[in-house]
Amino acid sequence: MDKMTPGYRFFSILNYGLLLLISIGCVLPLLHIFALSFSSASAVTSGEVTFWPVKWTAAAYRNIIDRPEYLTAFWVSVKRVALGVGLNMALTVLIAYPLSKEPRQFRGRTLYAWYFVFTMLFSGGLIPWYMVIKETGLMDSLWALVIPSAVPIFNVLVLLNFFRGLPKELEESAKIDGGGHFIVLFRIFLPLSLPALATITLFAVVNHWNSWFDGLILMNRVEHYPLQSFLQTVIIKQDPTYLTAKELELQALMNDRTSRAAQVFVAALPVLLVYPFLQRFFIKGIVLGSVKE
Amino acid sequence: MNSVKLWKRDWPLHLMIFPGALVVLIYSYGPLFGLTIAFKKFMPSKGIIGSPWNGLHNIQFMLSLPDLRQVIENTFVIAIMKIVAGLLVPIVVALLLNEVSKTAFKRAAQTLIYLPHFLSWVILGGIMIDILSPSDGIVNKILKVFEIKPIYFLGDGHWFRFVLVVSDVWKEFGFSTIVYLAALTSINPVLYEAAVIDGANRWRQTLHITLPGMLPIIVLLATLSLGNVLNAGFDQIFNLYNPMVYHSGDIIDTYVYRLGIQQAQYGIATAVGLFKSLVSLVMISLSYFLAYRLANYRIF
Repeated sequence: MDKMTPGYRFFSILNYGLLLLISIGCVLPLLHIFALSFSSASAVTSGEVTFWPVKWTAAAYRNIIDRPEYLTAFWVSVKRVALGVGLNMALTVLIAYPLSKEPRQFRGRTLYAWYFVFTMLFSGGLIPWYMVIKETGLMDSLWALVIPSAVPIFNVLVLLNFFRGLPKELEESAKIDGGGHFIVLFRIFLPLSLPALATITLFAVVNHWNSWFDGLILMNRVEHYPLQSFLQTVIIKQDPTYLTAKELELQALMNDRTSRAAQVFVAALPVLLVYPFLQRFFIKGIVLGSVKE
Repeated sequence: MNSVKLWKRDWPLHLMIFPGALVVLIYSYGPLFGLTIAFKKFMPSKGIIGSPWNGLHNIQFMLSLPDLRQVIENTFVIAIMKIVAGLLVPIVVALLLNEVSKTAFKRAAQTLIYLPHFLSWVILGGIMIDILSPSDGIVNKILKVFEIKPIYFLGDGHWFRFVLVVSDVWKEFGFSTIVYLAALTSINPVLYEAAVIDGANRWRQTLHITLPGMLPIIVLLATLSLGNVLNAGFDQIFNLYNPMVYHSGDIIDTYVYRLGIQQAQYGIATAVGLFKSLVSLVMISLSYFLAYRLANYRIF
């Protein structure tokens, strides 16, 4: 397109170099943790390990697998993601469809929309939220991790804007053929919305997998913690005042440097695995949701 | 149409919305009602409704808390530093990416820079505690090569805020470039062709076409970020802070957690939370209003 002036050529080389550094900088910390987790404890102590394992060993991973608590927490997280994402997606679809109608097609649409959006503007804050969950009897059960967060408003907005962009004629022809709203939604809208659905599924999966605070305060026993809450307790929380005897014991057993690295890496792994597959969808999805013409 | 006819036509739509509306009623509007705890002598055994009122006692107590001023100041300062850095860095990176002509390189770079956004602060906290350790963290090892004395990044109040801002930008800048890159693709290529004919080089094109083309989205994101002036990043700070850095790193959200959940001072913690919610409501409403006026932005 342009003629490359010497000045621009120089800039271009610098630019590629800089972007290469920035990109690598985004994954280097993770690579370092990976290297620590597969290195021998002696190599880690002597400080030889940088970005590739030294004296390969899976000892740290064996240490994790030997602790039933880690696997239990992993399993709680898997259950939470399955149940939570299912609930998120079902409710997102069912809310986004009616809200994507024009007010003349669905009286009350604007009122409903404000009803949901208002919760993004004003919230009760931590203590009232905690007390409502407590008083509705969800404490210490898996339901506490999936029901209060069952309606992700941001995802609803992404999907409803996508629905609005679909051709109106499709819906009208289905109506003429006698199809009701449920038929239109499940037979026409959803099959056409796969990129948007993939995007919000990714968000929902990552969100549930990464949530740690709700598990930390809503679960009473460490056996009910999802993985991220478990990690928070075992490898991050250094203040022993509020830890139980069981938690202190786990900290003592699993808090050497290679074990910490291995636990962190295993907890990041599911995200690293789903990310490349869904990545090609989410750019389209996020742009549709956040910028409108 | 009368309401009976409307109901006959629309009932499937009401039915679809009902389950979600119910969840939101209980778990989003319920806590709004629960804000009454701020004006009650809250007893867990009696619940939100059953606990007796105690007027403005909690509010008065809140105003007498010695740390509150510092906590609010920390929240503002940290949030504003993050907002400014979080706006500027992605713009620069998006402009640099825009100059990349090799598609494969661009895509690979994007894949890598979006990644940290998807990792939780527990994972990143675990990583940062390791790499920033003053005794055996890799960052201090590298500094040692340059003969710099070990720095206790997470235990030194001066360094702590710096670490917060840098690590937050590191996690989110890539993801934030998405919106800018999308804005760049919508700039009419004819403008560039015309500029080339007029003899403009790439720098001039960037200055006079690319940046003005991005301006609406920059203005929009800047106004929307106003709503975040009290969100200094609970997840991040909770996983990185410790009593040594409370004076510069303790924010409203972490303060409410310690006061309410750990020390069971429910009424006072709710009062502090109510203060934050009210200020946030004003700021978010203002930001939406400005975004609507300046950029014709609508939420739905």
